[in-house]
Amino acid sequence: MSDQDLKKTPLYDAHVAAGARMVPFAGYSMPVQYKDGVLKEHLWAREHAGLFDVSHMGQARIRGENPAKSFEKVVSADYQGLKAGKQRYGVLLNADGGIVDDLMTARPDDDGLFVVVNGACKDNDYAIIARELAGEATVTRLEDRALLALQGPEAAAVLAAHVPEAAQMVFMDAQALTAFGVDAIISRSGYTGEDGYEISVPAEAAERVWNTLLADERVKPIGLGARDSLRLEAGLPLYGHDLDETVSPIEAGLNFAVGKSRREAGDYLGAARIAKELAGELSRVRVNLKVLEGAPAREGAEIADEAGNVIGKVTSGGFAPSLGYPIAIGFAPPAFSAVGTQLKVIVRGKPAAAEVVASPFVPNRYVRKL
Amino acid sequence: MRFTKDHEWVIVEGDVATVGITAYAAEQLGDVVFVETPEAGKVVKQGEGLAVVESVKAASDVYAPVSGEVIEGNGELAGAPETVNALPESGGWFAKIKLSNPAEVDALMDRDAYEAFLATL
Repeated sequence: MSDQDLKKTPLYDAHVAAGARMVPFAGYSMPVQYKDGVLKEHLWAREHAGLFDVSHMGQARIRGENPAKSFEKVVSADYQGLKAGKQRYGVLLNADGGIVDDLMTARPDDDGLFVVVNGACKDNDYAIIARELAGEATVTRLEDRALLALQGPEAAAVLAAHVPEAAQMVFMDAQALTAFGVDAIISRSGYTGEDGYEISVPAEAAERVWNTLLADERVKPIGLGARDSLRLEAGLPLYGHDLDETVSPIEAGLNFAVGKSRREAGDYLGAARIAKELAGELSRVRVNLKVLEGAPAREGAEIADEAGNVIGKVTSGGFAPSLGYPIAIGFAPPAFSAVGTQLKVIVRGKPAAAEVVASPFVPNRYVRKL
Repeated sequence: MRFTKDHEWVIVEGDVATVGITAYAAEQLGDVVFVETPEAGKVVKQGEGLAVVESVKAASDVYAPVSGEVIEGNGELAGAPETVNALPESGGWFAKIKLSNPAEVDALMDRDAYEAFLATL
C-alpha cells in the first residue's frame, strides 16, 4: 500500500503539526512517536497522563430486538448479563475456536450495543457479524466518530475538569453523555494498564477535544510506539501478534473472556474446542517472560527449554521502559508455563536466559472502586 | 569523517577506522536500549553486519562501512546504550577496525556529500 492510499484520522493534521513521525498502521497514517520519543512518552503516561489517537479502531453499533443475545452467537462473553452503563472485553471466534478479533462491548445507553474493534480487523469483523446476525440484528459502522484515549494516574483529574461525570465512573463503566458540548461515549478503560478513559466524539469535534485536553500541562500526546510498550508491560495481548485465528482465548489466558453462562450453554462458534481446553486439553499457553540477559527478544524469536530444545515462540517482546529490562509474551507447552520456570530465548542465533513471570509485568492501576 | 548511505561514519587514524552511526541515524532510531558490538578479532567485509542496535521499537543492523579486522568493540555501550543517542558521532562509537583495504574509505561520502544525501531523504 502506498502512502497515498493510507487513510487519515480526524487528528492527522494535529499529529503532523505536533512533529509526529507518521507510519502506516492498520491502513491509516498514524503517529508512532512525537518529539519526545518512545521512552519518554511511555514514562510520561505511567507518571502523568498520555493522550492517544486511536481513531483507526472500529466503532460500531449492534442494533436489533435483543442485540446482546444476537451478539453472543459470535462472541464468547456474557453480554445478556452486561448491565446498562458497563463495558466488557470479549473475543470474536471462528468455528475452530480461534480468535478473529478481540473487542470491547458496552451498553452506554438504550441504543443497542456499542462495540470497539481493532482497526486492522474491522472490515472482516463487521462482515462476520452482519452475516451471522442477519435477520435479527444489524451492525452500523460509526465512521464519523473519533476515539481518543487518555491514560495515566493523572487522567481522572484531567478529564474531571471538563467532564465531572467521569470522576464518578469506575473501571469498565461506559456512558453516553454530553461532554465537550457534543455527544460523547466515555468508558473508564484503556490498553495501557493505567487508569484512564476512552473517549468517543464526533469527528468534527476531535481536534478541539484533543487540543483542550493537551492544554493541560499534565497531558502529552503519546504515539503507537509507547502504546505498544505500555500494553506489553501491562501483559495485554495484541491482536495480529499474540492473538490470531489459530489461538484460542484459553491458550491466550483470556479465560475471563468466555462468560460462565456461555461455558455452560456452549452456544457459540468454536465452543467445542473451548470446552476441551477448559477441561485441560491444551498444547500451548501464553507465557510472560523476563529476559535475564542480552538483547530484547522480539516477535518470532524461538523459546527453548534449558537443554536448548525449541518449545515455543515469542509473539511480542521488547524493552520495558518502566522496568529497565526486556520482556516478552510468547506461547509454550503448559509444562513450561509455571512462574519461575527457567527458559531460553534465541535472539540472532544466541540463547539468552529468560524466566516465566506473572502477568502483568507492571501492576495495573485500574480504579475499581471510588 | 566519512559517511555511508546506511548512515555509518568512519574516522581514520593511521590504518585504524573508528566506526559509528550518524546523529541522523540515532535520531531516527529513537532511544537506544541495547547495543551488541563485535568482539576483537572478528573479520568483516564492507557492507556486512558489524553490530546490532536496538531501540524500544526495533532492532537494526549496523553495517561495516569498511573491510578489515575488528581490534576493539565499544564495551561501554553494553552498560550505557543511551550514549549512542547522546554522543552518536563521538563517545557512541561501535568498533575500531584495522583497514584491509584503505581505498574503500576514499569512496565514502564527505560531510557535505552526506548532508546533501540527507536532504534527498
